[in-house]
Amino acid sequence: MDLSFVPLLAVLVSLVAVVPILLSSSKPNLREFWTILAAAIKFGLVLLLLPGALEGESVELHLVDLAPGLPLALKADPLGVFFAVIASGLWIFTSFYSIGYVRGAGEHKQTRYFASFAVCLSATIGIAFSANLLTFILFYEMLTVATYPLVIHNEKKEAVDAGRKYLAFTLTAGLLLVAASALVYHYTGTIEFTPGGVFDGVELPHTAMLVLFILFLGAVGVKAGIMPIHGWLPAAMAAPTPVSALLHAVAVVKSGVFAVLRVVGYVFGTDVMGDYNLNDILIILAGTTIILASLIAFNQDNLKRRLAYSTVGHLSYIVLGIALLTPIGMTGGIMHIAAHATMKITLFFCAGAIYVNLHRTEISNLNGIAKVMPWTMGSFAIGSMGLAGIPPINGFFSKWNLALGSLEGDMIIPVIVLVVSGLLNVGYFFPILYRAYFKPGEGLEKYGEASPLMVVPIVITAALSVLFGLFPNLFFNFFDLAVDISSTLFNNGSP
Amino acid sequence: MIESHLPAYIALTFVLFSVLIPAFGLWRSELSHPIAVLGGGIAAGFSLFGFIDVINDGSIRYFFGGWEPPVGIEFVYDGLSAFFVLVINAVAFFVLIHSHHISKREFPGKEMPYYSLAMLMMLGFNGMIMTGDLFNLYVFLEIASLAGYALIAIGDRPAPYAAFRYLIIGTAGGTLYLLGVGFMYTVTGTLNIIDMAAMLPMLYESNAVFAALILMIVGIGVKAALFPMHGWLPDSYTYASSSSTALIAPIGTKVAAYILFRIILWLFGIEITDAVAPISYFVGVLACIGILYGSIMAIAQSEMKRMLAYSSISQIGYIIMGLSLANPWGFAGALLHVLNHAIMKACLFMISGQLRLKEGHSDISRFDDGYRKKYPWTMTYFTIAAISMIGLPPLAGFFSKWYLALGTIDNSNWLFLAVILISSLLNAVYFFRVLEKVYMMDPSKGQKEPTDAKRDEASASMLWPTGILALSLIVIGFANAVIVGVLLDIFPM
Repeated sequence: MDLSFVPLLAVLVSLVAVVPILLSSSKPNLREFWTILAAAIKFGLVLLLLPGALEGESVELHLVDLAPGLPLALKADPLGVFFAVIASGLWIFTSFYSIGYVRGAGEHKQTRYFASFAVCLSATIGIAFSANLLTFILFYEMLTVATYPLVIHNEKKEAVDAGRKYLAFTLTAGLLLVAASALVYHYTGTIEFTPGGVFDGVELPHTAMLVLFILFLGAVGVKAGIMPIHGWLPAAMAAPTPVSALLHAVAVVKSGVFAVLRVVGYVFGTDVMGDYNLNDILIILAGTTIILASLIAFNQDNLKRRLAYSTVGHLSYIVLGIALLTPIGMTGGIMHIAAHATMKITLFFCAGAIYVNLHRTEISNLNGIAKVMPWTMGSFAIGSMGLAGIPPINGFFSKWNLALGSLEGDMIIPVIVLVVSGLLNVGYFFPILYRAYFKPGEGLEKYGEASPLMVVPIVITAALSVLFGLFPNLFFNFFDLAVDISSTLFNNGSP
Repeated sequence: MIESHLPAYIALTFVLFSVLIPAFGLWRSELSHPIAVLGGGIAAGFSLFGFIDVINDGSIRYFFGGWEPPVGIEFVYDGLSAFFVLVINAVAFFVLIHSHHISKREFPGKEMPYYSLAMLMMLGFNGMIMTGDLFNLYVFLEIASLAGYALIAIGDRPAPYAAFRYLIIGTAGGTLYLLGVGFMYTVTGTLNIIDMAAMLPMLYESNAVFAALILMIVGIGVKAALFPMHGWLPDSYTYASSSSTALIAPIGTKVAAYILFRIILWLFGIEITDAVAPISYFVGVLACIGILYGSIMAIAQSEMKRMLAYSSISQIGYIIMGLSLANPWGFAGALLHVLNHAIMKACLFMISGQLRLKEGHSDISRFDDGYRKKYPWTMTYFTIAAISMIGLPPLAGFFSKWYLALGTIDNSNWLFLAVILISSLLNAVYFFRVLEKVYMMDPSKGQKEPTDAKRDEASASMLWPTGILALSLIVIGFANAVIVGVLLDIFPM
């Protein structure tokens, strides 16, 4: 079977779906049907690419030339497929959950919401399948623009300010990416993502390489939430919760760490990173971010903001894994993309269910809610313990690999950072569980669980977290895929 | 053998129609608009035909009356002039279609002189671009300018003052240019650009040539609104009638930029330009200051036309910066931006005209989220043009920025690179400000419910031109590799 158009279709399906979504704006059920249909088709298309990816094959498609010699090209390589499976798979759950959420919360402008969401997913899959930096920029900026209407969705002052902050950070990052890509093109004559990097045989002065790396870091670090350029992420929590769940815990921020991986592994290459000591910068930044973000999370009473800072910290787990430049560490980082995705989306889903059901957003108001929302809080417990790294949930598994990876590279400090961060995670998640389960609640008599449209996705994502922790290869041979990807990056392109 | 006469046909079309319009317009005033559109359409058709012809078969030198230069006057229709002619005539064609209702509303009864003057101005612009003779260029420049002053003077109450100011400054600029031409004539004995270019290498480091270069750059810089010679522009564009602004703003300064291209890269060549002093770098720095100044001033404006006017100062800076880099990428980026910016600015000024027609004002602070409902398509086109101005892919504006960035990197010119990037952010500030107003409820007014405004979209004669221009930005974005391939071939070195 010829699969060469599958990546393109996977990108386009949700973009095309925008048209029927807009046209059926007066018929909500039909409109949501289009979303669900697009999500299902997208996931199916991505799955078609999976068997090839597991064999280490890539599907390439060159469309038009965007600039002389620089094509708009898609390439579904194993890493791209890995990311696309996560994003498109979780979109299905988020779509169901979104329906429950926006109707439950009585949100306005729902058509704009679903349309923007669909564009975001197109952009995310486009990012996953971009074959070169120029194509990547296109989808990266598209994601920026499409997320903006979701951030400002409720159009209150706080949301508008958050939207401005979001644009200021992400548009600046986009410009740095343009500059960095143009420089790479100037120095090497190519901007194609190549396992092992494009600097083969190109000698640059140390300062030039350092400046280039810092430009890239600024460009991808914003979406990856690396401190000190993470500020937009907590602000963006003004968005409706499904947006925080899929975009600000999975699609957008994972696009950021995915971009870090592309830059480290496919632009600079692990050899160049090591030779010029660029990874040290990344390790220091990631380690600092992990600790600081966890400490800040302690101080947040707003549940979504606490989760946001937790996200900032966990994104840097992934960055740290990449920066270790050891095969096991890289595997751990890649696995944590999936692990953090299932766990954090569960937690955000829970936060949204609590908001829609009880209209509570502050942690100090959550006393006793586990009695009325047992399924939701049970899932919350699983997600939060997983993030703290407690076995058998998948967070433990990726963290174990991260620790092994740093030992493999004879580095002890990252291990200490991971252990301390694990304790801090326990520290800021435990009080939530304690309040929900052990403190007596007030005014909860007339409430039950949220709508099944919300609770079922919550339970499924929580179950996925446990299943992936117990059997990392249960679905899609994900662990093997991650191992293959990371080994290609250390053997100049061969698995 | 129509091809060999094309340059003359383009110019003569405008002469013919500038006469036809009064001839018919005095009889039936409402005929002025269709005749003007017809004229613009014919000229645009010739330009397209001619451009394809030049790309395939090489440039055309047209000797008027068969008199060869240096005795006679010639039109040089090469890649550069064919490109500029196509851009300005195509954009003007759409603007002319669009101006129908606006002109009837903003200056009723004056359509006939308006369209006739518009044809004359286009004659001047086309002549400036095609002529191969420096003095002849001055003549066309004055034709275009005089018609332009009159067009600007039709408008709001302060418009005549703005036009008068422009007239004073513009005439000074024209005179400086003429002085420069005089210097060049004294040392070379010719006015023909190609002849003169052949002689200049012998006059390397001549003081007269250096002085002439400075005079010409300053003189034309006034017309191009190159910082700090931009003072006439904001008032003129703001107070002129919306249809005049939409016609002049996208193309007027481009034509002046064309002359700078012709003078610096073709007549003098970058080596002679920089022989005595690094003139090109200095021009680039002025362009950079203009880029930042224009963008910052645009942020400070609340009147949409004035904001767009300042934005024009900034955008012309991109073009001249690309020129100053004098390398293939910078050149291609600058020319691509000529095309992009002409389309974007025409589209945006046309939309500001539509808003003035419908709302009676184009004051951004009074925009509200009803516009989204009242003018859904207009606002969609505005959004496309705005995002292209900000420079996000895959819209056309991104790619001119990309090539300009490559050009600055080729020259290791980090300052210019930084300016391009910073300016994009500033563009984002002033365009998202408008988008926020149009697409969101106003949180500061405590608005709770979206307005229930009724749909009141502009008429088809306005919607189609803006729509086509906006959509062409997407097409150009995806097809830019082809365009840039052609532009790179035009580069003279």
